[in-house]
Amino acid sequence: MSDSPAPLALEHTPGLQHHFADMEQQRNASSLGMWIFLGTEIMFFGGMFLAYLVYRMWYFNEFAAGSRTLNLPIGAVNTAVLICSSLTVALSVRAAQLGKRMLLVTLLVLTILFGLVFLGVKAYEWNEKFTEHHVPGYSFHFKQESTEKPVDQGRAQIFFSLYFAMTGMHALHMIIGVGIFGVITWMAWRGRFTPEYHTPVEIAGLYWHFVDIVWIYLFPLLYLIDRRPHG
Amino acid sequence: MFDNFPLWPVRASTTAGSVDALYIFLVLLSAFMSVAIFIMITIFALRYRRRAGREAEQIDGSNVLEFTWSIVPLAIFMVIFVWGARIFFLERTPPRGAAEIYVVAKQWMWKLQHEEGQREINELHVPVGRDVRMIMTSQDVIHSFYVPVFRIKQDVIPGRYTTAWFRATRPGTYHLFCAEYCGTQHSGMIGQVVVMEPAQYQAWLTGGAASGSMAANGQSMFLQLGCNTCHRFDTQGRGPDLVGLFGNKVQLEDGRTIAADENYIRESILNPSAKLVSGFKPIMPVFQGLVSEEQLTALVAYVKSLTPQASGAAGSPSLISPGKQPQEPKE
Amino acid sequence: MATAVSIAAEREHYLNKEYGIRSWLLTTDHKRIALLYLASITFFFFIGGFFALLIRLELLTPAGDLVQADTYNKLFTMHGVIMVFFFLIPAVPAVLGNFLVPLMIGARDLAFPKINLLSWYCYIAGGILVLHAMLTGGLDTGWTFYTPFSTAFSNTAVVEAGLGVFINGFSSILTGLNFIVTIHRMRAPGLTWSRLPLFLWSHYATSVIMLLGTPVIAITLVLVVLERAFHLGIFDPTRGGDPLLFQHLFWFYSHPAVYIMILPSMGVVSEIVTCFSRKRVFGYYFVAMASIGIAVIGFFVWAHHMFVAGMSLYAALIFSILSYLVAVPSAIKVFNWTATLYKGSVSFSTPMLYAFGFIGLFTMGGLTGLFLAALGIDVHVTDTYFVVAHFHYIMVGGTVMGYLGGMHYWWPKISGRLYPESWGRLAALIVFLGFNLTFFPQFILGYLGMPRRYWQYPPEFQVLNVLSTAGSTILAVGYLLPMVYFLWSMRYGKLADDNPWNAAGLEWKTTSPPPTFNFEETPVVTWEAYNYNELPALEEVRVER
Repeated sequence: MSDSPAPLALEHTPGLQHHFADMEQQRNASSLGMWIFLGTEIMFFGGMFLAYLVYRMWYFNEFAAGSRTLNLPIGAVNTAVLICSSLTVALSVRAAQLGKRMLLVTLLVLTILFGLVFLGVKAYEWNEKFTEHHVPGYSFHFKQESTEKPVDQGRAQIFFSLYFAMTGMHALHMIIGVGIFGVITWMAWRGRFTPEYHTPVEIAGLYWHFVDIVWIYLFPLLYLIDRRPHG
Repeated sequence: MFDNFPLWPVRASTTAGSVDALYIFLVLLSAFMSVAIFIMITIFALRYRRRAGREAEQIDGSNVLEFTWSIVPLAIFMVIFVWGARIFFLERTPPRGAAEIYVVAKQWMWKLQHEEGQREINELHVPVGRDVRMIMTSQDVIHSFYVPVFRIKQDVIPGRYTTAWFRATRPGTYHLFCAEYCGTQHSGMIGQVVVMEPAQYQAWLTGGAASGSMAANGQSMFLQLGCNTCHRFDTQGRGPDLVGLFGNKVQLEDGRTIAADENYIRESILNPSAKLVSGFKPIMPVFQGLVSEEQLTALVAYVKSLTPQASGAAGSPSLISPGKQPQEPKE
Repeated sequence: MATAVSIAAEREHYLNKEYGIRSWLLTTDHKRIALLYLASITFFFFIGGFFALLIRLELLTPAGDLVQADTYNKLFTMHGVIMVFFFLIPAVPAVLGNFLVPLMIGARDLAFPKINLLSWYCYIAGGILVLHAMLTGGLDTGWTFYTPFSTAFSNTAVVEAGLGVFINGFSSILTGLNFIVTIHRMRAPGLTWSRLPLFLWSHYATSVIMLLGTPVIAITLVLVVLERAFHLGIFDPTRGGDPLLFQHLFWFYSHPAVYIMILPSMGVVSEIVTCFSRKRVFGYYFVAMASIGIAVIGFFVWAHHMFVAGMSLYAALIFSILSYLVAVPSAIKVFNWTATLYKGSVSFSTPMLYAFGFIGLFTMGGLTGLFLAALGIDVHVTDTYFVVAHFHYIMVGGTVMGYLGGMHYWWPKISGRLYPESWGRLAALIVFLGFNLTFFPQFILGYLGMPRRYWQYPPEFQVLNVLSTAGSTILAVGYLLPMVYFLWSMRYGKLADDNPWNAAGLEWKTTSPPPTFNFEETPVVTWEAYNYNELPALEEVRVER
């Protein structure tokens, strides 16, 4: 370390990066970095959750009515898909720890597939919204169900505005996650990971779990609560 | 104070003096602290400037000093806080019986309407010594009603009412500014507040074009829009009784109890099912998009007039008994 | 002279290690990235400053006679957007912080060098979008983007500018992330938390705010952009949306943002005052904790920007009292810096002049914050030039002075050259005088009732506006001078040795400029911070023989 150190490589090289003292410092730093980044993501989604909660309190009728029009079975399927994908992610980290390259690659590919299924189902749901005229804007029209209280069209638009913003932002994070896992899969295929070094798998896994958790919050808030109209 | 180089605007309201008093205190305090810091820095820097043969003395700190210069400023700050809060309470609590002015702001003008019916654009005439309460809304973006000589300012927001009040103490013509950036002519949205002696104000009132009081206009709208078919005054109709409603508590169908203020009346016209009164069905039509802001304020003024002590002081025909013949609509 | 130059030229350091545009644009060396930031923030500073001059020129006369109203509205908007997001927020952390954090902790680089480079590209991408928005019609919403004007009424490039600021936000987030992880995980052996220079404590506190606050403005701008692009109704009052929701979300970030802007400069001042008093800071622990205190309490005062916005009386009371609380740690710092001079050995170098200027002007700006936190007074002065003067005292009298002081202090380390000291002092004086003449009259203007963002104004406000404009021309000269002589010094300045100021701190234990990997050997720290009792006196500024 006291000799003139080797220059920093510009492309990602598995193994110790030269500004770190040792692998442990590198691993700790990477892990801390990802946790902090996830903290920022909580603040990011938090803004939308706050808006949702405030409007739900104020415009309870419209938000409950809006919730009731969301496709519950589809949402439940997507939730199951995401939970399965988190399982494959956790198992892939274990495979990396054990040095099992083919198992690792298989699990990573499965994760990507689950992610793509989720996105496909989400696209189907959004398409439903278009045909139902539930997209905010000029062609919005919320058909009055046989509920007692009439629904204000403007306030119903706010529900759907938040629905699209929140699920859209979540889907964007899923797309990014699928992209990240694509890169990780390629790296795993090329044998870049060993039991000593598989930090990218771990921190990508952390990211994926976080995106999953956001959905776990979104699903009840958007789909589940107040499904049954009150008497 | 100094006529050629004023440091503050003329004081023309009952609260202006209190605001200026706190201001002057803060100016003196700030001047004292700034000068003190400047002097300390200068003295230390000169007295302890670098000289051959003298080294700096390493001083770690002093807990006593730290606590002192934390607690003392904090105590002073708390005094300022309470002082400022008290003035704020005064500014935000309109006295009972204040005359009411309805203000609708739009890009880029102020539309004001007196209870008695006078309309003004970019001008507000008020008498000296009368409490005036303004009920304001915007037709488009956020504006802000600012009269420096009264030391009042209140943002005017689309979609709801905000209020401000003052009592003018000094006749004269003063600036009215829009103080929230609202687009191209934000700096052109300037008006005047004309404070007059009471006699002159009465003359101005009667001299203006008579268009009926706001409440009377509201009553015309009430009939024109068919509100009286459900909100009847002779028997219990399909809608709640509006006499005595304003200013009192309302029990809602979801269990809440709320106060019937201007915002409640406005919301219930635009979006009736939002706060459904207990015991009634949600059958009132939605008037969102069917009434302008001025029509809304007239309706609000009318509903307020159905509660005897609700609106303004002497001089305004506030109570319009439901049995009276309606006047010709003056819209 | 030729000998000195050739000696320096022989020694390899981070500037001459590699040449060529690729070695700069693809660098992962934190020091080079700091210089990339230096170039870009200087560029944006002069654009923002140019807009300021145009604003002040228009305000020479009461009538709107220099530019049209719409143009004026775009000028103050762009001035604000550029200065806040592309100059004040990155200036000290991304230039001085990036350069010094690894050096000060004895590390070879930040924890994530590639992410550091990415942060600069986020800054540049955001900047390009905003510049493009500017050139293709501008932005006229005010830097505060209030709805529903920005979402439903403005006819300008809100979407593009909003996206530009959004992308730039990642620069803050990634920088803050890097600093926190670096300070936690990469300190040299022996460098305990209580031995950290206060510059690092400040940057740590700043990073916490960057990480927790920036995502909130990010989502707020995203919602504004989505609303405008896709006719959503979240902030649209005609559909039941609440314009105040935007204000809460916006100020939840933008208030802590002002602490992002001031804390790093405070860290710079701590370093300068100690060096040029030749002693440890008075009350090290209190100054360090005050930084953390400002960061934490600063998250709970945002609605003091909304006292007349239509908030409840009781909410206003809470935010007012909390705003007074956040003033206490700042006061503590000012007192501690002043006390550091006591029985010191004080020199009046250029960095020290800027530090004095900072302390004085920040004190004045902070005191005027007391006016604004007082509810009764705020009703009268909010949205007037009083507020404009207040925040310029802190941001220009504070942040910019701290930044310039830091640039002068560490210039020998960064460039290996000395700037010309007399010109430095002259520029500091010009900046101080020009600044006060520009902004002090604005306090009076505000209390007299002149609202902000006014293109035209009533004639009785003219005299004070003329004074302010006169000051701004002097201030401009003060800012141009360092540009000129810093550039001059890179070629003709005297070569500096490792530690021209005999200063404490690990960054001074390596060469000027440092080698790419900062230290020949990882230092092992066995001394306390600001160990000036162990360092020789500052005889004269040392040049390389």
